[in-house]
Amino acid sequence: MNHIETAVEFSGLTRIFGDFTAVDQISLAVGRGEIFGFLGPNGAGKSTTIKMLCGLLTPSAGSGTVGGFNIMTEAEEIKKNIGYMSQKFSLYDDLTVEENINFFSGIYRVPREKKRERKEWVLEMAGIADRRGALTKTLSGGFKQRLALGCAILHEPPIIFLDEPTSGVDPISRRNFWRLIYAMSREGKTIFVTTHYMDEAEYCDRLALIYRGKIIAEGTPTALKQEYMERDVLEIEVEQVVDALEVLEQSGIETAIFGSVLHATVTDAGQESQRIRESLVKAGLKVVRIEKIVPSLEDVFVTLIEVS
Amino acid sequence: MKLIRVRAIAKKELIQVLRDPLSLAMAFLMPVILLLIFGYAITMDVNNLRTVVYDLDKSSLSRELVAQFRESGYFTIVTILDRPSDVDAALDANRGQVALWIPADFSENLRRGKVAPLQVVVDGSDSNTATIALGYLEGVTERFGQRVTGGIARAPIDARVRVWYNPELKSRNYIIPGLIAVIMAVIAALLTSLTIAREWERGTMEQLIATPVKTTELIAGKLLPYFFIGFIDVAVSVAMTVFIFDVPLRGSLLLLAFLTSLFLFGGLSLGILISVVAKSQLVASQIAMVVSFLPAFLLSGFMYAISNMPLPLQNMTRIIPARYFVAILKGIFLKGSTLRQLATETILLTIFGLLTFVLSVRKFKKRIV
Ligand SMILES: Nc1ncnc2c1ncn2[C@@H]1O[C@H](COP(=O)(O)OP(=O)(O)OP(=O)(O)O)[C@@H](O)[C@H]1O
Ligand SMILES: [Mg+2]
Repeated sequence: MNHIETAVEFSGLTRIFGDFTAVDQISLAVGRGEIFGFLGPNGAGKSTTIKMLCGLLTPSAGSGTVGGFNIMTEAEEIKKNIGYMSQKFSLYDDLTVEENINFFSGIYRVPREKKRERKEWVLEMAGIADRRGALTKTLSGGFKQRLALGCAILHEPPIIFLDEPTSGVDPISRRNFWRLIYAMSREGKTIFVTTHYMDEAEYCDRLALIYRGKIIAEGTPTALKQEYMERDVLEIEVEQVVDALEVLEQSGIETAIFGSVLHATVTDAGQESQRIRESLVKAGLKVVRIEKIVPSLEDVFVTLIEVS
Repeated sequence: MKLIRVRAIAKKELIQVLRDPLSLAMAFLMPVILLLIFGYAITMDVNNLRTVVYDLDKSSLSRELVAQFRESGYFTIVTILDRPSDVDAALDANRGQVALWIPADFSENLRRGKVAPLQVVVDGSDSNTATIALGYLEGVTERFGQRVTGGIARAPIDARVRVWYNPELKSRNYIIPGLIAVIMAVIAALLTSLTIAREWERGTMEQLIATPVKTTELIAGKLLPYFFIGFIDVAVSVAMTVFIFDVPLRGSLLLLAFLTSLFLFGGLSLGILISVVAKSQLVASQIAMVVSFLPAFLLSGFMYAISNMPLPLQNMTRIIPARYFVAILKGIFLKGSTLRQLATETILLTIFGLLTFVLSVRKFKKRIV
């Protein structure tokens, strides 16, 4: 056991593709045993960052360590101490479940006496013990993802990088996947996970929001909500959502559609709610309900992204 | 290098080949089919040379000579002509590829122990066939001369081309062993040219390079199953050569096996190197095709004798591994060559194999982009 308290830390990390800066001088520190969420919209630079940390992509600039090893010079040492699950499914489709596990267990040099036990553990964890002989391409998305996770952590690495592990998977499978993440975290593993699902962000110990290659916010979910939501959020239920959005935006109120309702960010809920109701009614729209709510992370991020 | 990783990769690669009908066909069927097609195509024509005869002698000896030609199996006597003008006509109309003109004093000369001139016209428009025909002619007439004169007669025709190391006058004896080298050069490069590129294309490489696997382990593991496949291919080809094409194997099988391994090591490493550089299966297979087939076919000494090439071309053949394997196969098959006699080829194949292997290990980057 080493006694380093930070599992992952980096500063000034940058990656340039041609004349496009995909990741722009970002800095972070992730403590041991944390579930660290890395959030951002498509193309924000999440995968690029993860690949630099896992030694798959050479950073253009910056420095950092993963598990105490230098990301610039000790990529191969890092690879022994991490599990990496890429965004795109990348096990062998034409191999059976068991053959995939055997392959990675050989690659990670899982000791002979532990091989069986680890294999059964993966099959159990992924819930595919009865399908061990099936070709991997015949598995559904959720099972594939859990098998991929299993193969990536056969060697029981202390740090695990998951790049959008639940994208394109049904809600039940997503929930199951997060149960696994929690279980691993309880065992003391550090988990660095990217996502663009806001509900998943709430499950993380700490978060960073990346947007256009830059980190624009960082902290625990609660702290983020308090820090960035000094203003109030009103949830407005109205029959014609799109028309209402137009009316409110014309009167200069920051508004966004959240499913079937609107969220308006205002400085004082008490005063503004009356004004909003009046202007909507005047426009001939039917208001069902307006109430002050506790802002969600999504509100925080929508606001942050609009600001930047 | 950790053996457990090499084994894991080799096993995975083997499963993938055996499970994919297309790879399987390329690995095991293609060499057999190519050997059959080219083997027969190259040796078929020269078996049945259409021959016309104009016999002025009309003696029992001249008839015996014609019979000797027919029995050799290489000449099919199409017609016996009556007028000298018919000879030209038959060749022009392509009814005959070879014309045998037996002068009136043929048996007389032979009986007196003099050189019996025999006029032979060969259609040279297909120079390959003509060359081989001349070789046969010489063989047949020489044997005939020896029979009637008890071994003292010289060849009555002046054919400059000799068929070296091939006293049975079977052109296939000379061609098929070289053909194995050409086919295996292509198959070896093609087989491995897809392996690395396929992993990049399918995205499986991303997972693989995120593991602590070393480049040497990866490449060695990928070579191993194809090495066995290539070895089986050569074994089958050699068996076909001996049992289907009736080519005698005079040298040591063990030596052949050893030198085959060396050749495969280089050929397969070349495929890997191409795969590493190309990163796309289509591009890789095309490069492999061009880089392996053309030199092996044209510059290995299989098709054209290296000693007849212009000097710059001769020098180029030195870096073509197929050249050495052609020499090895011909040597072991036809001359029963020993390791000592094939030392140069052995050393150069080893160097080529090591160079391509080391180069592909160095070229491979465990990184994206
Ligand atoms: N190899 C590359 N060459 C050029 N541009 C690249 C390369 N890889 C990524 N990019 C660009 O860098 C940006 C960030 O990509 P990245 O994959 O890191 O985004 P992401 O946050 O993971 O997005 P997503 O949610 O879609 O996975 C994108 O605009 C992408 O097009
Ligand atoms: Mg991504």
